[in-house]
Amino acid sequence: SPRAVNVDLQTDATLQVDISDALSERDKVKFTVHTKSTLPNFKQNEFSVVRQHEEFIWLHDSFVENEDYAGYIIPPAPPRPDFDASREKLQKLGEGEGSMTKEEFTKMKQELEAEYLAIFKKTVAMHEVFLCRVAAHPVLRKDLNFHVFLEYNQDLSVRGKNKKEKLEDFFKNVVKSADGVLVAGVKDVDDFFEHEKTFLLEYHNRVKDASAKSDRMIRSHKNAADDINRIASSLYTLGTQDSTDLCKFFLKVSELFEKTRKIEARVAADEDLKLADLLKYYLRESQAAKDLLYRRSRSLVDYENANKALDKARAKNRDVLQAETSQQLCCHKFEKISESAKQELIDFKTRRVAAFRKNLVELAELELKHAKGNLQLLQSCLGVLKGNT
Amino acid sequence: MADTARDPPPAHTDFQELEDGEDLFLEPAVIQESGPASLPAEDISANSNGPKQDSLFDDDPEDLFAEATEEVSLDSPEREVLLSDGPSPAITPITPPTSVITPRIGLAHDDMFTHSSFDEIEEEEGGDSFDMHISVSDPEKVGDGMNAYMAYKVTTKTSMSLFKTDEFSVKRRFSDFLGLHSKLASKYLHIGYIVPPAPEKSIVGMTKVKVGKEDQSSNEFVEKRRSALERYLMRTVKHPILLKDPDVLQFLESSELPRAVSTQALSSAGLLRMVNKAADAVNKMTIKMNESDAWFEEKQQHFENLDVQLRKLHASVESLVCHRKELSVNTAQFAKSAAMLGNSEDHTALSRALSQLAEVEEKIDQLHQDQANADFYLFSELLGDYVRLITAVKGVFDHRMKTWQKWQDSQLLLQKKREAEAKLQFTNKPDKLQQAKDEIKELEGKVQQGERDFEQISKTIRKEVSRFEKERVKDFKMIIIKYLESLVQTQQQLIKYWDAFLPEAKAIS
Repeated sequence: SPRAVNVDLQTDATLQVDISDALSERDKVKFTVHTKSTLPNFKQNEFSVVRQHEEFIWLHDSFVENEDYAGYIIPPAPPRPDFDASREKLQKLGEGEGSMTKEEFTKMKQELEAEYLAIFKKTVAMHEVFLCRVAAHPVLRKDLNFHVFLEYNQDLSVRGKNKKEKLEDFFKNVVKSADGVLVAGVKDVDDFFEHEKTFLLEYHNRVKDASAKSDRMIRSHKNAADDINRIASSLYTLGTQDSTDLCKFFLKVSELFEKTRKIEARVAADEDLKLADLLKYYLRESQAAKDLLYRRSRSLVDYENANKALDKARAKNRDVLQAETSQQLCCHKFEKISESAKQELIDFKTRRVAAFRKNLVELAELELKHAKGNLQLLQSCLGVLKGNT
Repeated sequence: MADTARDPPPAHTDFQELEDGEDLFLEPAVIQESGPASLPAEDISANSNGPKQDSLFDDDPEDLFAEATEEVSLDSPEREVLLSDGPSPAITPITPPTSVITPRIGLAHDDMFTHSSFDEIEEEEGGDSFDMHISVSDPEKVGDGMNAYMAYKVTTKTSMSLFKTDEFSVKRRFSDFLGLHSKLASKYLHIGYIVPPAPEKSIVGMTKVKVGKEDQSSNEFVEKRRSALERYLMRTVKHPILLKDPDVLQFLESSELPRAVSTQALSSAGLLRMVNKAADAVNKMTIKMNESDAWFEEKQQHFENLDVQLRKLHASVESLVCHRKELSVNTAQFAKSAAMLGNSEDHTALSRALSQLAEVEEKIDQLHQDQANADFYLFSELLGDYVRLITAVKGVFDHRMKTWQKWQDSQLLLQKKREAEAKLQFTNKPDKLQQAKDEIKELEGKVQQGERDFEQISKTIRKEVSRFEKERVKDFKMIIIKYLESLVQTQQQLIKYWDAFLPEAKAIS
């Protein structure tokens, strides 16, 4: 299965994780998570378990909720597998089978199946990259929940959050963003973090916009490819019906368009993989980085509040020891977060630059490959058509 | 929509008048071409070809003029005679038709309606090979507000002896084109000639132009119309018979074209035609012709199938044009977004690469726009033109059916009269008997004429269809090849752009 392309990760022999297989069932996808490790933590050197999407979310959320990881960029959770649109299309096709010719039906079915397969491959890749990011992280790879996730060969029974829990999450997020506004206003003493804050706020918004616009562009591309498909079919019918010289002509052009539209569809698919997915991924990562900055800001606020409390306690000469302990804890927490956050943000930049480079190069190479393929088909067809005229 | 070829001119004209924003009864305040009153002697008075001609066609099936038009010689002296004012100048020189033809072709024909005369004309044309190019250009808005209209320059370049000079231009407006088509349709359709339909009217499009919105959509509309008018004229002159029609020649050459259409709106012949058209539509549904000629049945089916498939293909191509335009717009938006992203990226090399990506995408969006235009002007318009042309072809087949019906009706009537005459033989009414005999004689003539008309239109249609199919093959081949070449160009440009970008992407470090 294709390795995640969005992230340039150092693969480490001590712990390698990948998704070796996946099965799409009616309303769920079952991922086979395959691990190879020389670490003593595991019972075996190589083993596999089956996991579903909810279990990935559980793992991600457990990282987010863990105070010890406050100073790290938590790898963004993979998006939920969404085959609804594709399934709906296949269903509509089944219903409309009677109204089209056998060739048309077979053709459309093949296309929809290819589309389904593409979505499937993507969701596998995104779940895989999440695990790889965790495995590559010096601290997170040691997480106990992660090891359980990898090794425990029974169902983790992490049923989806019930309504109450979802509501609690909702309020937590509301508070967070309100805080975020407060905290963002405070100018940081540290130049590095001040710069990062400004940078990330703007970058995140722009990546969001670029991601949306690239999606729209790619969808138009797919639509155009579909039109060319219909044109090819019509030309074929015209070719079989015509009694003049045109019949061979139409058949040849129909054949050409069948081939070029396959290439156009591939162009759209590759743009989706190399550009749209890249942007989507860094949308999520930049959000995770923002979350890290937020956590640091929060801990700074806590630290400042602890200082004020200490001053007050000293002034009143009451609960001084308690205040001192509290202040020390806050200070320690803040410094710890700041230290790891700095490194995380530097790593984030390195990863981002590497990923963009890899994908932009591959994008350009694929665009060139497809354009050359198209050109060759067109020129060869023109040669035949002009020769016969 | 598809019936432009059969639109009754009066309704057609009314519409036209409204579209051009004029009152039916007033000349527009600003006119470039026709003078209101007198017409120069050489110019054909529209009246001479207008209502009188119509009334002749509708009332008198034995009108020589119907067949004669296409056989008229067009050497200048004859043409002057033909075009000068007179009660029915178009008819006068035709009465001994052969005398008009002889100087040009050099052959004596007693019977204009035999196959040979027609063939001679065709051979003659072979000698003077088709070398003519018409361009419609320089759209210019004339006037203001709702009375405004677009004037187009029509330039003819030709080496054919039919014309006085080898390059000349005139100014025409859209209603002039419609007027030309209307005249040609009324002269030729009912005898089996496939008259190319004129471009479609568009009130919405025209209103925007009038109101003075100099925006992209009204510019596109004008360009679309200009291109359509050009194709229309080229198709018309490529037809060997239509090319020689005095109305066509006048349209191309005459600096002032009378706005005859305004009188036609009110003519009784025009109204009559409108009524007839309605009746025809009903009649067509009830005519059941005994098709003795398998060729016609086969061809009709062929055009029926072609119609269905071309419409389907046209719809798909229109969809492609739409999506390609969308792709262009969305690519442009993505380019802007990528530029913004590049601006905020704080790694210098990546920032530069993203800016370059934005530039590439911007160039590509223009490429998509250009391709969408090729999709439209080459592929889509070709299909649209042929969908309308096939409607004209179907119309011609319908006329043949009507001609057959007329013949059959005459035969039935003759039979009835004969039966009546037979009965009268036994009565002692010599006057009535004589009258019956006279009527029978007349009807026998009518029946013969009906049969001749039917044979003639059948023959004409065979020739026309053969010509049409040849043109169709040529047209499709030529334009599809051009279209594929546009696709080649797009791919070549894409290769250029991505080739230039690749090292920039690799330079990120």
